[in-house]
Amino acid sequence: MAERIIELRDIKKSYGQVYALGGVNLSVDRGEVVGLIGDNGAGKSTLIKILSGVVRPTSGEILVRDKPVTGWSAARSRDAGIETVFQDRALAVQQTIVRNIFMGRELTGFMGWLKVNKEIEEASRLMREIGFTSKVFTPHSIVGQLSGGERQGVAIARAIYKQAELIILDEPTTALSLTETAKVFHFVRQVRAGGRSILFIGHNIHHVFDIADRFVVMDRGKVALTADRSQIKSAEELINFMEDVAHPGGLPGLHEAGEAEQRVR
Amino acid sequence: MSKTMEPDLESPLGAHGGSARKEWRHPSDHWLRGFVLDNRASLGTLAVFIVMMAVFMAANPTVFTTWYLYSSVLTTLPVALFVVVPLVFVVTCGEIDLSFPATMGFASWVFSLVVQAGYDPFLGIAAALVTGMLLGFLVGSLVVYGGLSSLIATLGMNFLLRGLIQIINEGKSMALTGLADTPAYKIFSSQVFGIPVQIFWAIAFVVLSAMLYNRHRFGAQVKVVGDNPDSAQQMGIDVKRVRVKVFVFVGIGAAIAGTFSVMINFTWWPTAGDGYLLPVLASVFVGGTPTWGGIGTVAGGAIGAVTVSFIQTGVVAAGLSGFYVQFFNGLIIILSLLGHKWNQARYR
Repeated sequence: MAERIIELRDIKKSYGQVYALGGVNLSVDRGEVVGLIGDNGAGKSTLIKILSGVVRPTSGEILVRDKPVTGWSAARSRDAGIETVFQDRALAVQQTIVRNIFMGRELTGFMGWLKVNKEIEEASRLMREIGFTSKVFTPHSIVGQLSGGERQGVAIARAIYKQAELIILDEPTTALSLTETAKVFHFVRQVRAGGRSILFIGHNIHHVFDIADRFVVMDRGKVALTADRSQIKSAEELINFMEDVAHPGGLPGLHEAGEAEQRVR
Repeated sequence: MSKTMEPDLESPLGAHGGSARKEWRHPSDHWLRGFVLDNRASLGTLAVFIVMMAVFMAANPTVFTTWYLYSSVLTTLPVALFVVVPLVFVVTCGEIDLSFPATMGFASWVFSLVVQAGYDPFLGIAAALVTGMLLGFLVGSLVVYGGLSSLIATLGMNFLLRGLIQIINEGKSMALTGLADTPAYKIFSSQVFGIPVQIFWAIAFVVLSAMLYNRHRFGAQVKVVGDNPDSAQQMGIDVKRVRVKVFVFVGIGAAIAGTFSVMINFTWWPTAGDGYLLPVLASVFVGGTPTWGGIGTVAGGAIGAVTVSFIQTGVVAAGLSGFYVQFFNGLIIILSLLGHKWNQARYR
């Protein structure tokens, strides 16, 4: 069995009387792409914040490589190799790809002078690793001149440079066109092929369905469904399931309640 | 569906072998084109300078062959260069510093006091540098940790520090007659083959700063902080510390500039440095550093300073009256800005 990068057990998070998460179980294995789906307010962003250590859970257990971790924090999260890539805030768009990859971790030698050649070599290696082989772009290209999908690629390359084992992609394809989405998928597959894991968070169920090995559907602070790729035949099945979860009584004109849930099981 | 969404990229495995440099060519095939693209802002500034000089020379070719004209520019230009270059860092970092004239006055005042008290000028220079650093740190901390607008806060500090100088000195200047015989003067302010020696120090300063800007962690972090402070913070850069550092750098530059101007004139005035505010700011932006932060050019800023300092001399030498100087100042600034806007890289 593949190594378990991280496991959350019965994680609860409450803000005062309000439960953002009411007992979530989630695990990610090495080399796995987990698709996290859920409506607005389902608790996805709270879960990301807990994974990245920005927010502490009210109760529950966190295991890194099957070992329970106490005092979970942003530093612990980084040590565990978890890196979150946010959609827009991540990159300095007027700088080159090299400068973005090494942002805050410049390769320096004597007295802080940059090792320019070494940085270019390392950036080339990283770009190759995630499948960034377009001849039009080089490590010297300005990030602002790249397309949306390629920018995600730069952010992913940077996460890999930081030795990330699990990369959390927060809505990486939401604002992207089909071709750009395909580029992001290409990068994600390359990262998986390199033995790293990805938690892919998305609104668009079709996107998540196309890329994930396993699906986790969240609803109102709980995991409503965890299913392997092999258990689900089509994206429509997932969509139906989500509609049923959201509207247990069924909506007028829609299929009967519970039907999709039964099919999934 | 997933078949049609398969990306049309080359196989990543096909790109192995060969050194990184060969594999990732510059966007432009030819090195010259790459050089031009990488340095488009500073080359644009150079073009502005060449065109301007050509116009002046066409108006009056004889004056521009006289050495005196260049010699006078070369005496005052270095002083400006020592503040223009650090200001490029500040503007790149997304801030502005209008307090440097007062810092020049303050640091050179300390230098003059030390020299007048009979100490070695080298000690005076050291004291001036420390003063500049402290004032830069003070201004920077006020802006960064006080969370103030750098435009207003540094303007306020400029008045405040200048006012302090005026209150204490009551308008009296200081003559440093003994300076000419000291080794410090020979090293920093004499002439070599008829060329004022301070221009060599200024060029060394520009070159070192350009390397700091392009090839050092400090420059890299300044650019990133000016470009996207949120991202820089997230990646573990101490954004506030970087911001304070650029103000300290301006303090150092202003201290050197102030000291040089006193050494040139053998006299310190309570107004020392005041006249540099607008020309220096104009030089930074004529040089091609945009106002919004994240990018800039040290070489361009230096060429901008050369351009600005030649306007006044050029206008008069070309046979126009002094009344034309301001008009030409404005014309060059506006034309340069238009040129840089047209010349800059375009983003998606």
